[in-house]
Amino acid sequence: MSGSQEIPLADGIAAIVKESCPTCRLVAPVLRQLAESGVPMTVYSQDDPSFPTGVYTVDDTDLEFSYRLEIEAVPTLLRIADGEVVDRLAGWSRPRWEALTGVTALGPGLPEHRPGCGSRSVEPGVAEELAARYDGNRLRSRRVKLAVREDEVETCFDRGWTDGLPVVPPTRERVLRMLAGSSRPPDEVVAVVPPDLVPCTVEKVAINAVMAGCRPEYLPVVTAAIEAACTDQFNIHGVLATTYSVGPVVIVNGPIARAIGMNSGINVLGQGTRANATIGRALQLVVRNVGGGRPGEVDRATLGNPGKYTFCFAEDEQGSPWEPLSVERGLAEGASAVTLFAGEGPRTVFDQLSRTPQSLARSLAWCLRTVAHPKLADAYEALVVISPEHARVFREAGWTKARLREEILSLLTIPGAELVRGADGCAEGMPTPTTMPKFRPDGIWFVHAGGPAGLFSSIIGSWVAGEAGSQLTTLEVVA
Amino acid sequence: MTTRELLDPTSELAPARRERARRPASLEGSTIALLDIAKARSDIFVDRLEELLTQRGLRVQRFRKPTFTKVLPPGLARQIGAQCQVVIEALAD
Repeated sequence: MSGSQEIPLADGIAAIVKESCPTCRLVAPVLRQLAESGVPMTVYSQDDPSFPTGVYTVDDTDLEFSYRLEIEAVPTLLRIADGEVVDRLAGWSRPRWEALTGVTALGPGLPEHRPGCGSRSVEPGVAEELAARYDGNRLRSRRVKLAVREDEVETCFDRGWTDGLPVVPPTRERVLRMLAGSSRPPDEVVAVVPPDLVPCTVEKVAINAVMAGCRPEYLPVVTAAIEAACTDQFNIHGVLATTYSVGPVVIVNGPIARAIGMNSGINVLGQGTRANATIGRALQLVVRNVGGGRPGEVDRATLGNPGKYTFCFAEDEQGSPWEPLSVERGLAEGASAVTLFAGEGPRTVFDQLSRTPQSLARSLAWCLRTVAHPKLADAYEALVVISPEHARVFREAGWTKARLREEILSLLTIPGAELVRGADGCAEGMPTPTTMPKFRPDGIWFVHAGGPAGLFSSIIGSWVAGEAGSQLTTLEVVA
Repeated sequence: MTTRELLDPTSELAPARRERARRPASLEGSTIALLDIAKARSDIFVDRLEELLTQRGLRVQRFRKPTFTKVLPPGLARQIGAQCQVVIEALAD
Protein backbone atom coordinates (compact mmCIF):
# COMPACT_ATOMS: atom_id res chain seq x y z
CA MET A 1 0.00 0.00 0.00
CA SER A 2 2.74 2.41 0.83
CA GLY A 3 6.44 2.47 0.41
CA SER A 4 9.48 3.63 2.25
CA GLN A 5 11.01 5.13 -0.87
CA GLU A 6 9.77 8.61 0.02
CA ILE A 7 11.45 8.52 3.44
CA PRO A 8 15.24 8.64 3.60
CA LEU A 9 16.35 5.99 6.04
CA ALA A 10 19.60 6.13 7.98
CA ASP A 11 21.43 2.84 8.20
CA GLY A 12 21.34 1.22 11.62
CA ILE A 13 18.37 0.68 13.89
CA ALA A 14 15.02 2.47 13.94
CA ALA A 15 12.65 2.02 16.87
CA ILE A 16 9.02 3.12 16.72
CA VAL A 17 7.37 3.65 20.08
CA LYS A 18 4.53 5.42 21.82
CA GLU A 19 4.53 6.59 25.41
CA SER A 20 1.04 5.28 26.05
CA CYS A 21 2.19 1.69 25.39
CA PRO A 22 3.28 -0.15 28.57
CA THR A 23 5.72 -2.33 26.61
CA CYS A 24 7.32 0.77 25.09
CA ARG A 25 7.76 2.21 28.58
CA LEU A 26 9.19 -1.13 29.66
CA VAL A 27 11.83 -1.08 26.90
CA ALA A 28 12.80 2.60 27.37
CA PRO A 29 15.90 1.58 29.36
CA VAL A 30 16.81 -0.89 26.60
CA LEU A 31 16.71 1.91 24.04
CA ARG A 32 19.03 3.97 26.25
CA GLN A 33 21.29 0.92 26.58
CA LEU A 34 21.41 0.59 22.79
CA ALA A 35 22.17 4.29 22.33
CA GLU A 36 25.00 4.04 24.82
CA SER A 37 26.37 0.92 23.08
CA GLY A 38 27.13 3.04 20.04
CA VAL A 39 24.71 1.34 17.64
CA PRO A 40 23.45 3.99 15.20
CA MET A 41 19.80 4.32 16.19
CA THR A 42 16.83 6.63 15.63
CA VAL A 43 13.74 6.45 17.81
CA TYR A 44 10.41 7.63 16.43
CA SER A 45 7.73 8.55 18.92
CA GLN A 46 4.11 8.42 17.86
CA ASP A 47 2.59 10.41 20.72
CA ASP A 48 5.16 12.13 22.94
CA PRO A 49 8.32 13.49 21.30
CA SER A 50 10.03 13.70 24.71
CA PHE A 51 9.67 9.95 25.20
CA PRO A 52 11.84 8.08 25.89
CA THR A 53 14.20 10.33 27.77
CA GLY A 54 17.90 10.02 27.24
CA VAL A 55 17.79 9.08 23.55
CA TYR A 56 17.47 11.15 20.43
CA THR A 57 13.81 10.98 19.39
CA VAL A 58 12.17 11.99 16.12
CA ASP A 59 8.67 13.44 16.40
CA ASP A 60 6.33 11.13 14.45
CA THR A 61 3.11 12.43 15.96
CA ASP A 62 1.88 13.08 12.40
CA LEU A 63 2.53 9.33 11.85
CA GLU A 64 3.99 9.74 8.38
CA PHE A 65 7.01 7.57 9.16
CA SER A 66 4.83 4.95 10.85
CA TYR A 67 2.39 4.94 7.93
CA ARG A 68 5.00 4.71 5.21
CA LEU A 69 6.94 1.98 7.00
CA GLU A 70 3.70 0.05 7.53
CA ILE A 71 4.14 -0.12 11.29
CA GLU A 72 1.36 -2.23 12.81
CA ALA A 73 2.51 -2.55 16.42
CA VAL A 74 4.77 -0.74 18.87
CA PRO A 75 7.50 -1.09 19.81
CA THR A 76 8.73 -2.03 16.34
CA LEU A 77 12.42 -2.41 15.71
CA LEU A 78 13.78 -2.07 12.16
CA ARG A 79 17.21 -2.85 10.88
CA ILE A 80 18.15 -0.66 7.93
CA ALA A 81 20.96 -1.31 5.50
CA ASP A 82 21.66 0.70 2.34
CA GLY A 83 18.53 2.72 2.99
CA GLU A 84 16.26 -0.34 3.00
CA VAL A 85 14.50 -2.12 5.81
CA VAL A 86 16.16 -5.53 5.96
CA ASP A 87 14.71 -6.86 9.20
CA ARG A 88 11.87 -5.98 11.56
CA LEU A 89 10.25 -7.21 14.72
CA ALA A 90 7.41 -6.06 16.94
CA GLY A 91 7.03 -6.24 20.71
CA TRP A 92 9.79 -7.02 23.20
CA SER A 93 11.75 -10.24 22.98
CA ARG A 94 15.23 -10.25 24.42
CA PRO A 95 16.72 -12.89 22.09
CA ARG A 96 15.17 -11.31 18.98
CA TRP A 97 16.20 -7.78 19.94
CA GLU A 98 19.72 -9.03 20.58
CA ALA A 99 19.80 -10.84 17.26
CA LEU A 100 18.53 -7.80 15.35
CA THR A 101 20.78 -5.25 17.05
CA GLY A 102 23.86 -7.38 17.59
CA VAL A 103 24.05 -6.11 21.19
CA THR A 104 23.96 -8.66 23.99
CA ALA A 105 22.70 -8.60 27.57
CA LEU A 106 19.85 -6.26 26.74
CA GLY A 107 17.34 -5.25 29.39
CA PRO A 108 18.65 -7.10 32.45
CA GLY A 109 15.78 -7.63 34.86
CA LEU A 110 13.15 -7.40 32.11
CA PRO A 111 10.91 -10.33 31.29
CA GLU A 112 11.99 -12.42 28.35
CA HIS A 113 9.01 -11.50 26.15
CA ARG A 114 6.27 -8.92 26.20
CA PRO A 115 3.82 -8.23 23.35
CA GLY A 116 3.40 -4.66 22.20
CA CYS A 117 0.38 -2.46 21.44
CA GLY A 118 -1.27 -1.45 18.18
CA SER A 119 0.44 1.30 16.22
CA ARG A 120 -1.44 4.62 16.23
CA SER A 121 -1.17 4.60 12.43
CA VAL A 122 -3.50 1.61 12.10
CA GLU A 123 -6.22 2.79 14.47
CA PRO A 124 -9.67 2.78 12.84
CA GLY A 125 -10.30 6.08 11.12
CA VAL A 126 -6.65 7.12 11.41
CA ALA A 127 -5.43 4.64 8.80
CA GLU A 128 -7.81 6.02 6.16
CA GLU A 129 -6.89 9.59 6.98
CA LEU A 130 -3.19 8.79 6.65
CA ALA A 131 -3.79 6.99 3.37
CA ALA A 132 -5.56 10.04 1.99
CA ARG A 133 -2.88 12.40 3.34
CA TYR A 134 0.21 10.50 2.24
CA ASP A 135 -1.00 8.32 -0.62
CA GLY A 136 -3.88 10.38 -2.00
CA ASN A 137 -1.75 11.53 -4.89
CA ARG A 138 -1.66 7.95 -6.15
CA LEU A 139 -5.18 8.58 -7.33
CA ARG A 140 -5.59 10.05 -10.76
CA SER A 141 -9.30 10.79 -10.86
CA ARG A 142 -10.50 14.35 -11.09
CA ARG A 143 -11.32 15.80 -7.67
CA VAL A 144 -14.72 17.35 -7.53
CA LYS A 145 -14.80 20.08 -4.92
CA LEU A 146 -18.06 20.63 -3.08
CA ALA A 147 -19.41 23.99 -2.10
CA VAL A 148 -19.82 24.63 1.62
CA ARG A 149 -23.52 23.90 1.75
CA GLU A 150 -23.58 21.34 -1.04
CA ASP A 151 -25.02 17.99 0.03
CA GLU A 152 -22.71 15.14 -0.94
CA VAL A 153 -25.48 12.68 -1.76
CA GLU A 154 -27.52 15.22 -3.70
CA THR A 155 -24.53 16.26 -5.74
CA CYS A 156 -24.07 12.66 -6.90
CA PHE A 157 -27.66 12.71 -8.14
CA ASP A 158 -27.23 16.11 -9.76
CA ARG A 159 -24.14 15.00 -11.64
CA GLY A 160 -25.89 11.95 -13.04
CA TRP A 161 -23.67 9.47 -11.20
CA THR A 162 -26.41 7.31 -9.70
CA ASP A 163 -28.77 4.60 -10.85
CA GLY A 164 -31.66 6.43 -9.22
CA LEU A 165 -30.86 5.31 -5.68
CA PRO A 166 -28.55 7.24 -3.36
CA VAL A 167 -24.87 6.35 -3.56
CA VAL A 168 -22.11 6.49 -0.96
CA PRO A 169 -20.12 9.66 -1.78
CA PRO A 170 -16.72 8.56 -3.14
CA THR A 171 -14.26 10.41 -0.91
CA ARG A 172 -10.54 9.78 -1.22
CA GLU A 173 -10.51 8.01 2.15
CA ARG A 174 -13.21 5.58 1.08
CA VAL A 175 -11.64 4.94 -2.30
CA LEU A 176 -8.21 4.24 -0.77
CA ARG A 177 -9.83 1.88 1.71
CA MET A 178 -11.59 0.14 -1.19
CA LEU A 179 -8.33 -0.18 -3.13
CA ALA A 180 -6.85 -2.10 -0.22
CA GLY A 181 -9.24 -4.90 -1.18
CA SER A 182 -7.23 -5.67 -4.30
CA SER A 183 -3.56 -6.30 -4.87
CA ARG A 184 -3.80 -4.66 -8.28
CA PRO A 185 -2.35 -1.16 -8.71
CA PRO A 186 -4.93 1.63 -9.10
CA ASP A 187 -3.77 2.55 -12.59
CA GLU A 188 -4.06 -0.96 -14.01
CA VAL A 189 -6.67 -1.18 -16.76
CA VAL A 190 -9.35 -3.77 -15.99
CA ALA A 191 -11.35 -3.61 -19.19
CA VAL A 192 -12.44 -1.37 -22.02
CA VAL A 193 -16.00 -0.49 -21.15
CA PRO A 194 -18.70 0.01 -23.77
CA PRO A 195 -20.46 1.91 -25.12
CA ASP A 196 -17.83 4.67 -25.05
CA LEU A 197 -15.05 2.05 -25.10
CA VAL A 198 -13.20 3.67 -22.22
CA PRO A 199 -10.24 1.93 -20.58
CA CYS A 200 -11.38 1.44 -16.99
CA THR A 201 -8.74 1.38 -14.25
CA VAL A 202 -8.87 -0.39 -10.90
CA GLU A 203 -9.24 3.10 -9.41
CA LYS A 204 -12.43 3.83 -11.37
CA VAL A 205 -13.77 0.42 -10.38
CA ALA A 206 -12.99 1.25 -6.74
CA ILE A 207 -14.75 4.63 -6.95
CA ASN A 208 -17.90 3.06 -8.35
CA ALA A 209 -17.68 0.18 -5.87
CA VAL A 210 -17.61 2.72 -3.03
CA MET A 211 -20.67 4.41 -4.50
CA ALA A 212 -22.48 1.08 -4.81
CA GLY A 213 -21.84 0.37 -1.13
CA CYS A 214 -19.26 -2.41 -1.49
CA ARG A 215 -16.80 -3.43 1.16
CA PRO A 216 -13.12 -3.63 0.07
CA GLU A 217 -13.12 -7.42 0.09
CA TYR A 218 -15.77 -7.42 -2.67
CA LEU A 219 -13.49 -5.55 -5.06
CA PRO A 220 -11.91 -8.62 -6.72
CA VAL A 221 -15.41 -9.95 -7.49
CA VAL A 222 -16.55 -6.60 -8.88
CA THR A 223 -13.42 -6.38 -10.99
CA ALA A 224 -13.87 -9.89 -12.39
CA ALA A 225 -17.52 -9.14 -13.19
CA ILE A 226 -16.50 -6.03 -15.14
CA GLU A 227 -13.84 -7.94 -17.02
CA ALA A 228 -16.31 -10.65 -17.92
CA ALA A 229 -18.99 -8.15 -18.96
CA CYS A 230 -16.62 -6.36 -21.31
CA THR A 231 -15.52 -9.43 -23.25
CA ASP A 232 -16.67 -9.77 -26.84
CA GLN A 233 -18.27 -13.02 -25.75
CA PHE A 234 -20.57 -11.45 -23.15
CA ASN A 235 -21.06 -8.30 -25.23
CA ILE A 236 -22.26 -5.79 -22.65
CA HIS A 237 -22.57 -3.27 -25.47
CA GLY A 238 -25.36 -5.26 -27.05
CA VAL A 239 -26.93 -6.18 -23.70
CA LEU A 240 -27.09 -2.49 -22.91
CA ALA A 241 -28.16 -1.18 -26.29
CA THR A 242 -30.92 -3.69 -26.99
CA THR A 243 -34.56 -2.77 -26.62
CA TYR A 244 -34.97 -6.17 -24.88
CA SER A 245 -35.33 -6.35 -21.08
CA VAL A 246 -32.06 -7.95 -20.07
CA GLY A 247 -29.12 -6.95 -17.91
CA PRO A 248 -26.04 -8.71 -16.59
CA VAL A 249 -26.78 -11.43 -14.00
CA VAL A 250 -23.72 -12.31 -11.91
CA ILE A 251 -23.41 -15.78 -10.36
CA VAL A 252 -20.54 -16.20 -7.88
CA ASN A 253 -18.92 -19.57 -7.18
CA GLY A 254 -16.11 -20.79 -4.99
CA PRO A 255 -14.70 -19.92 -1.58
CA ILE A 256 -14.84 -16.16 -2.07
CA ALA A 257 -18.63 -16.25 -2.00
CA ARG A 258 -18.65 -17.47 1.60
CA ALA A 259 -15.64 -15.42 2.57
CA ILE A 260 -17.37 -12.16 1.71
CA GLY A 261 -20.76 -13.22 3.07
CA MET A 262 -22.73 -13.71 -0.11
CA ASN A 263 -26.20 -15.14 0.12
CA SER A 264 -26.99 -18.40 -1.65
CA GLY A 265 -29.92 -19.34 0.59
CA ILE A 266 -33.20 -17.80 1.72
CA ASN A 267 -34.34 -14.97 -0.59
CA VAL A 268 -31.27 -15.57 -2.74
CA LEU A 269 -32.60 -13.51 -5.65
CA GLY A 270 -34.02 -10.84 -3.36
CA GLN A 271 -32.88 -8.00 -1.16
CA GLY A 272 -31.08 -7.96 2.15
CA THR A 273 -27.48 -9.08 1.61
CA ARG A 274 -24.89 -6.40 1.17
CA ALA A 275 -22.46 -8.36 -1.02
CA ASN A 276 -25.18 -9.58 -3.39
CA ALA A 277 -26.77 -6.14 -3.61
CA THR A 278 -23.68 -4.03 -4.04
CA ILE A 279 -21.53 -6.17 -6.35
CA GLY A 280 -24.19 -6.27 -9.04
CA ARG A 281 -24.83 -2.57 -8.53
CA ALA A 282 -21.14 -1.69 -8.82
CA LEU A 283 -20.98 -3.41 -12.20
CA GLN A 284 -23.94 -1.39 -13.44
CA LEU A 285 -22.51 1.87 -12.07
CA VAL A 286 -19.25 1.23 -13.97
CA VAL A 287 -21.20 0.66 -17.17
CA ARG A 288 -23.10 3.88 -16.51
CA ASN A 289 -20.33 6.14 -15.28
CA VAL A 290 -17.22 4.84 -17.01
CA GLY A 291 -18.76 3.33 -20.13
CA GLY A 292 -21.36 6.07 -20.53
CA GLY A 293 -24.24 3.58 -20.84
CA ARG A 294 -27.31 5.41 -19.63
CA PRO A 295 -31.01 4.67 -20.14
CA GLY A 296 -32.47 6.71 -22.94
CA GLU A 297 -29.05 7.15 -24.50
CA VAL A 298 -27.31 3.94 -25.58
CA ASP A 299 -29.47 1.89 -23.19
CA ARG A 300 -32.60 1.61 -25.32
CA ALA A 301 -34.52 -0.97 -23.25
CA THR A 302 -38.24 -0.81 -23.91
CA LEU A 303 -39.07 -2.12 -20.44
CA GLY A 304 -35.87 -3.08 -18.65
CA ASN A 305 -36.18 -5.10 -15.47
CA PRO A 306 -35.54 -4.47 -11.75
CA GLY A 307 -32.41 -6.63 -11.96
CA LYS A 308 -30.76 -3.80 -13.86
CA TYR A 309 -30.22 -2.09 -10.50
CA THR A 310 -28.38 -5.17 -9.33
CA PHE A 311 -28.59 -8.91 -9.97
CA CYS A 312 -25.91 -10.95 -8.26
CA PHE A 313 -26.05 -14.08 -6.16
CA ALA A 314 -23.97 -17.07 -5.08
CA GLU A 315 -24.58 -20.73 -5.86
CA ASP A 316 -25.27 -23.00 -2.88
CA GLU A 317 -22.50 -25.45 -3.65
CA GLN A 318 -22.50 -27.34 -0.36
CA GLY A 319 -26.09 -28.48 -0.60
CA SER A 320 -26.04 -29.08 -4.35
CA PRO A 321 -26.46 -32.50 -5.92
CA TRP A 322 -24.40 -31.24 -8.85
CA GLU A 323 -21.01 -29.77 -9.67
CA PRO A 324 -20.92 -25.98 -9.34
CA LEU A 325 -21.64 -23.88 -12.41
CA SER A 326 -18.02 -22.68 -12.52
CA VAL A 327 -16.77 -26.29 -12.63
CA GLU A 328 -19.22 -27.14 -15.39
CA ARG A 329 -17.78 -24.12 -17.19
CA GLY A 330 -14.27 -25.58 -16.99
CA LEU A 331 -12.73 -24.03 -13.89
CA ALA A 332 -11.07 -26.10 -11.20
CA GLU A 333 -13.03 -27.20 -8.15
CA GLY A 334 -12.34 -24.72 -5.37
CA ALA A 335 -11.58 -21.81 -7.70
CA SER A 336 -13.55 -18.62 -7.12
CA ALA A 337 -15.38 -17.39 -10.19
CA VAL A 338 -18.00 -15.11 -11.61
CA THR A 339 -20.30 -16.20 -14.39
CA LEU A 340 -22.27 -13.59 -16.29
CA PHE A 341 -25.57 -14.27 -17.98
CA ALA A 342 -27.55 -11.71 -19.94
CA GLY A 343 -30.84 -12.23 -18.16
CA GLU A 344 -34.28 -10.79 -17.71
CA GLY A 345 -36.20 -10.86 -14.41
CA PRO A 346 -36.65 -14.21 -12.67
CA ARG A 347 -40.01 -15.96 -12.68
CA THR A 348 -41.08 -18.76 -10.40
CA VAL A 349 -41.93 -22.34 -11.32
CA PHE A 350 -44.52 -23.72 -8.91
CA ASP A 351 -44.49 -27.48 -8.42
CA GLN A 352 -45.34 -28.88 -5.00
CA LEU A 353 -46.48 -32.32 -6.06
CA SER A 354 -43.80 -33.84 -8.27
CA ARG A 355 -41.81 -36.51 -6.48
CA THR A 356 -40.19 -38.02 -9.57
CA PRO A 357 -37.61 -36.30 -11.76
CA GLN A 358 -39.71 -37.02 -14.86
CA SER A 359 -42.68 -35.15 -13.42
CA LEU A 360 -40.63 -32.20 -12.18
CA ALA A 361 -38.77 -31.97 -15.49
CA ARG A 362 -42.16 -31.62 -17.20
CA SER A 363 -43.09 -28.70 -14.98
CA LEU A 364 -39.79 -27.01 -15.71
CA ALA A 365 -40.12 -27.69 -19.44
CA TRP A 366 -43.62 -26.26 -19.68
CA CYS A 367 -42.57 -23.07 -17.98
CA LEU A 368 -39.33 -22.89 -19.95
CA ARG A 369 -41.28 -23.00 -23.17
CA THR A 370 -42.51 -19.47 -22.53
CA VAL A 371 -39.03 -17.93 -22.55
CA ALA A 372 -39.28 -15.07 -25.08
CA HIS A 373 -42.39 -16.65 -26.64
CA PRO A 374 -43.82 -20.21 -26.63
CA LYS A 375 -43.55 -20.31 -30.43
CA LEU A 376 -39.93 -19.14 -30.66
CA ALA A 377 -37.08 -21.64 -30.48
CA ASP A 378 -33.32 -21.84 -30.78
CA ALA A 379 -32.44 -18.17 -30.29
CA TYR A 380 -32.82 -17.87 -26.52
CA GLU A 381 -31.32 -19.48 -23.45
CA ALA A 382 -32.38 -19.96 -19.85
CA LEU A 383 -30.72 -20.02 -16.47
CA VAL A 384 -32.70 -22.21 -14.10
CA VAL A 385 -32.22 -21.69 -10.37
CA ILE A 386 -33.13 -25.00 -8.78
CA SER A 387 -34.09 -24.70 -5.12
CA PRO A 388 -32.94 -27.24 -2.51
CA GLU A 389 -36.34 -28.96 -2.27
CA HIS A 390 -36.58 -29.37 -6.03
CA ALA A 391 -32.93 -30.44 -6.20
CA ARG A 392 -33.69 -33.20 -3.69
CA VAL A 393 -36.00 -34.86 -6.22
CA PHE A 394 -33.18 -35.04 -8.76
CA ARG A 395 -30.60 -36.07 -6.16
CA GLU A 396 -32.71 -38.95 -4.86
CA ALA A 397 -33.24 -40.21 -8.41
CA GLY A 398 -29.54 -39.84 -9.23
CA TRP A 399 -30.15 -37.40 -12.06
CA THR A 400 -27.15 -35.42 -13.22
CA LYS A 401 -27.41 -31.97 -14.77
CA ALA A 402 -26.79 -33.59 -18.15
CA ARG A 403 -29.67 -36.02 -17.60
CA LEU A 404 -32.05 -33.21 -16.67
CA ARG A 405 -30.93 -31.12 -19.64
CA GLU A 406 -31.47 -34.06 -21.98
CA GLU A 407 -34.96 -34.64 -20.60
CA ILE A 408 -35.96 -31.00 -20.97
CA LEU A 409 -34.58 -30.77 -24.50
CA SER A 410 -36.51 -33.88 -25.41
CA LEU A 411 -39.73 -32.58 -23.85
CA LEU A 412 -39.22 -29.25 -25.60
CA THR A 413 -38.60 -30.58 -29.07
CA ILE A 414 -41.61 -28.85 -30.56
CA PRO A 415 -43.44 -29.81 -33.77
CA GLY A 416 -42.92 -27.27 -36.54
CA ALA A 417 -46.67 -27.02 -37.04
CA GLU A 418 -46.98 -25.54 -33.53
CA LEU A 419 -44.06 -23.17 -33.93
CA VAL A 420 -44.69 -21.71 -37.35
CA ARG A 421 -45.90 -18.17 -37.75
CA GLY A 422 -49.67 -18.04 -37.83
CA ALA A 423 -50.16 -21.36 -36.03
CA ASP A 424 -52.81 -21.32 -33.30
CA GLY A 425 -54.05 -17.98 -34.54
CA CYS A 426 -50.88 -16.13 -33.54
CA ALA A 427 -48.73 -14.26 -36.03
CA GLU A 428 -45.52 -14.62 -34.00
CA GLY A 429 -43.46 -17.78 -34.39
CA MET A 430 -40.76 -19.45 -36.43
CA PRO A 431 -40.49 -18.63 -40.15
CA THR A 432 -40.65 -22.28 -41.26
CA PRO A 433 -42.60 -25.24 -39.86
CA THR A 434 -39.47 -27.09 -38.79
CA THR A 435 -39.61 -29.29 -35.71
CA MET A 436 -36.85 -28.19 -33.36
CA PRO A 437 -35.79 -28.09 -29.73
CA LYS A 438 -36.63 -24.92 -27.82
CA PHE A 439 -33.02 -24.62 -26.67
CA ARG A 440 -29.63 -25.57 -28.00
CA PRO A 441 -27.82 -28.20 -25.89
CA ASP A 442 -25.70 -25.43 -24.36
CA GLY A 443 -28.71 -23.22 -23.92
CA ILE A 444 -29.99 -24.30 -20.50
CA TRP A 445 -27.93 -23.74 -17.39
CA PHE A 446 -28.70 -24.94 -13.86
CA VAL A 447 -27.64 -23.31 -10.62
CA HIS A 448 -28.49 -24.61 -7.15
CA ALA A 449 -29.61 -21.88 -4.75
CA GLY A 450 -32.44 -20.79 -2.48
CA GLY A 451 -33.91 -21.36 0.96
CA PRO A 452 -34.38 -24.81 2.46
CA ALA A 453 -38.17 -24.77 2.31
CA GLY A 454 -40.34 -24.28 -0.75
CA LEU A 455 -40.99 -26.46 -3.78
CA PHE A 456 -40.25 -23.71 -6.26
CA SER A 457 -37.54 -23.00 -8.78
CA SER A 458 -36.86 -19.95 -10.88
CA ILE A 459 -36.30 -19.31 -14.56
CA ILE A 460 -34.25 -16.43 -15.87
CA GLY A 461 -34.66 -15.97 -19.62
CA SER A 462 -31.82 -14.72 -21.81
CA TRP A 463 -31.24 -12.23 -24.55
CA VAL A 464 -30.27 -13.38 -28.07
CA ALA A 465 -27.92 -16.31 -27.55
CA GLY A 466 -24.78 -17.30 -29.39
CA GLU A 467 -22.12 -15.26 -31.14
CA ALA A 468 -24.58 -12.74 -32.49
CA GLY A 469 -25.78 -11.86 -29.00
CA SER A 470 -24.45 -12.69 -25.57
CA GLN A 471 -22.81 -15.91 -24.42
CA LEU A 472 -22.46 -17.12 -20.85
CA THR A 473 -19.05 -15.94 -19.64
CA THR A 474 -17.07 -17.33 -16.71
CA LEU A 475 -13.93 -15.78 -15.28
CA GLU A 476 -11.84 -16.73 -12.30
CA VAL A 477 -11.72 -14.20 -9.47
CA VAL A 478 -8.17 -13.25 -8.59
CA ALA A 479 -7.36 -11.15 -5.54
CA MET B 1 -15.83 13.74 7.08
CA THR B 2 -12.40 15.25 6.70
CA THR B 3 -12.78 16.28 3.09
CA ARG B 4 -15.24 18.10 0.95
CA GLU B 5 -13.93 16.53 -2.20
CA LEU B 6 -15.26 13.61 -4.16
CA LEU B 7 -13.49 11.57 -6.79
CA ASP B 8 -15.04 11.62 -10.24
CA PRO B 9 -16.48 8.16 -11.03
CA THR B 10 -16.82 8.88 -14.74
CA SER B 11 -14.50 8.46 -17.70
CA GLU B 12 -13.82 12.23 -17.55
CA LEU B 13 -14.01 12.26 -21.31
CA ALA B 14 -14.68 15.60 -22.85
CA PRO B 15 -17.24 14.83 -25.50
CA ALA B 16 -15.32 14.30 -28.70
CA ARG B 17 -16.26 17.06 -31.11
CA ARG B 18 -15.45 16.50 -34.70
CA GLU B 19 -16.33 18.44 -37.77
CA ARG B 20 -18.84 16.60 -39.85
CA ALA B 21 -17.63 15.64 -43.28
CA ARG B 22 -18.92 18.12 -45.85
CA ARG B 23 -21.96 17.02 -47.72
CA PRO B 24 -21.00 16.34 -51.34
CA ALA B 25 -22.54 18.80 -53.79
CA SER B 26 -23.37 15.86 -56.02
CA LEU B 27 -23.18 12.07 -55.83
CA GLU B 28 -21.84 12.00 -59.38
CA GLY B 29 -18.66 9.94 -59.49
CA SER B 30 -18.90 8.86 -55.82
CA THR B 31 -19.06 5.30 -54.60
CA ILE B 32 -21.87 4.97 -52.12
CA ALA B 33 -21.49 2.44 -49.30
CA LEU B 34 -24.72 0.77 -48.27
CA LEU B 35 -24.19 -0.64 -44.79
CA ASP B 36 -26.59 -3.33 -43.68
CA ILE B 37 -26.35 -3.53 -39.87
CA ALA B 38 -27.66 -7.13 -39.98
CA LYS B 39 -30.88 -6.36 -38.14
CA ALA B 40 -33.90 -8.35 -39.32
CA ARG B 41 -35.14 -7.10 -42.71
CA SER B 42 -32.55 -4.36 -43.05
CA ASP B 43 -31.52 -6.16 -46.26
CA ILE B 44 -34.95 -5.43 -47.73
CA PHE B 45 -34.49 -1.74 -47.11
CA VAL B 46 -30.91 -1.74 -48.41
CA ASP B 47 -31.93 -3.73 -51.52
CA ARG B 48 -34.47 -1.06 -52.36
CA LEU B 49 -31.98 1.75 -51.81
CA GLU B 50 -29.50 -0.01 -54.08
CA GLU B 51 -32.15 -0.35 -56.75
CA LEU B 52 -33.07 3.34 -56.59
CA LEU B 53 -29.45 4.52 -56.59
CA THR B 54 -28.30 2.30 -59.45
CA GLN B 55 -31.31 3.38 -61.50
CA ARG B 56 -29.82 6.86 -61.31
CA GLY B 57 -26.52 5.54 -62.63
CA LEU B 58 -24.72 5.78 -59.29
CA ARG B 59 -22.08 3.38 -58.12
CA VAL B 60 -22.97 1.39 -55.00
CA GLN B 61 -21.04 -1.00 -52.81
CA ARG B 62 -22.67 -3.22 -50.19
CA PHE B 63 -21.36 -3.91 -46.69
CA ARG B 64 -22.79 -5.83 -43.81
CA LYS B 65 -21.98 -5.80 -40.10
CA PRO B 66 -21.37 -9.29 -38.64
CA THR B 67 -24.12 -8.63 -36.08
CA PHE B 68 -26.27 -5.65 -35.20
CA THR B 69 -25.59 -6.24 -31.51
CA LYS B 70 -21.97 -5.15 -31.64
CA VAL B 71 -20.23 -2.02 -32.84
CA LEU B 72 -18.89 -1.86 -36.38
CA PRO B 73 -15.53 -3.69 -36.48
CA PRO B 74 -12.76 -1.13 -37.02
CA GLY B 75 -11.45 -3.05 -40.05
CA LEU B 76 -14.79 -2.77 -41.79
CA ALA B 77 -14.99 0.94 -40.99
CA ARG B 78 -11.56 1.45 -42.55
CA GLN B 79 -12.53 -0.57 -45.62
CA ILE B 80 -15.64 1.54 -46.15
CA GLY B 81 -13.62 4.73 -45.69
CA ALA B 82 -11.04 3.57 -48.22
CA GLN B 83 -13.47 2.43 -50.90
CA CYS B 84 -16.39 4.85 -50.65
CA GLN B 85 -17.05 8.55 -50.35
CA VAL B 86 -20.57 8.37 -48.97
CA VAL B 87 -22.20 5.88 -46.61
CA ILE B 88 -25.84 5.11 -45.95
CA GLU B 89 -26.43 2.99 -42.82
CA ALA B 90 -29.74 1.24 -42.69
CA LEU B 91 -31.48 0.35 -39.45
CA ALA B 92 -34.60 -1.76 -39.88
CA ASP B 93 -36.83 -4.10 -37.92
